[in-house]
Amino acid sequence: MTGSLSAVGYGLAAIGPGIGVGIIFAAYIQATARQPESARLTQQWVWIGFAVVEALALLGIAFGFVFK
Amino acid sequence: MRVNALSAPVMAGDVHFPPSVKEFFTPALFGLDGWLTKFTIFVWVAVALLIIFFLVAYRDPKLVPSRAQWMAEAVYGFARDSIARPMLGHEGVRFAPYFAALLSFILLTNLYGIIPGIQISTNTHIAYPIVLAAISYVMFNYIGIRKHGFVKYMKNSLVPSAPWYILPLLIPIEFFSTFIVRPITLALRLFANMFAGHMILAVFTLGGFALLNAQTWYFKPISVLSWGMAVALTFLEALVILLQAYVFVVLTSSYISGALAEEH
Repeated sequence: MTGSLSAVGYGLAAIGPGIGVGIIFAAYIQATARQPESARLTQQWVWIGFAVVEALALLGIAFGFVFK
Repeated sequence: MRVNALSAPVMAGDVHFPPSVKEFFTPALFGLDGWLTKFTIFVWVAVALLIIFFLVAYRDPKLVPSRAQWMAEAVYGFARDSIARPMLGHEGVRFAPYFAALLSFILLTNLYGIIPGIQISTNTHIAYPIVLAAISYVMFNYIGIRKHGFVKYMKNSLVPSAPWYILPLLIPIEFFSTFIVRPITLALRLFANMFAGHMILAVFTLGGFALLNAQTWYFKPISVLSWGMAVALTFLEALVILLQAYVFVVLTSSYISGALAEEH
């Protein structure tokens, strides 16, 4: 078998941000379902939270090439 | 469409699969090594297009707008009414021109990633996101210092309201997160999204050719599936492009609002 173990490492590293992004959108959907008029109010914070959590997964991509 | 654009060079030579970082370094143009590549020219084109578009669209503004004026007003209106005003309140309107310029520039340079024939975003080279992030970084710090003065700005952004004995732990963390992590993640987020997006499209497109050239005959039909995935992921990439342009601007405005805030 050939290949790079860093691919497996990245897969493991993506679990955390995956769960995090899922929680953020789940919370947004719940909040909007409970109080539809808050949808526009919370939208910016959804994207900010999403971007901050997603950065962890993206750090994984970048460092995968840096530490080669 | 994708296949035609790529088939000529790929079919001629042998397929390099999987794609590597080398894909992102195109040869220098006109012998100007290190100075002029495809990416430099695309950035110039993007800047020129935006300047010409906004000048033409607003050269002769009418009460009943033309199509170009309507588009320009839609972009500016989005930056002002959907980003600047909700995030920064009434005084945020003065940042709306910067947000509109940032939004349209990132959107256009990102869109290069899925325009057939170009198909690589200039933001796949981290140099361009670094410059954009540096502008936002200098800007929010400058605005904060101008409003509060250096000492009060530092106190506002570094010293949270917490018991004194926890502050030696919190101040370094706040410093690290506000002045080091913010600009790095701002640049890295845009770069890594565009980089990964291009890589995924390259994997499926080149993977199709690799399967087609495979020795085993029953691998060949699977190449159609691979190209189908490339087309589907191009649509996903379109979503990521819009989202990242928006996120970059929203985060910039969030940092500015943090710098302008009185206490927290």
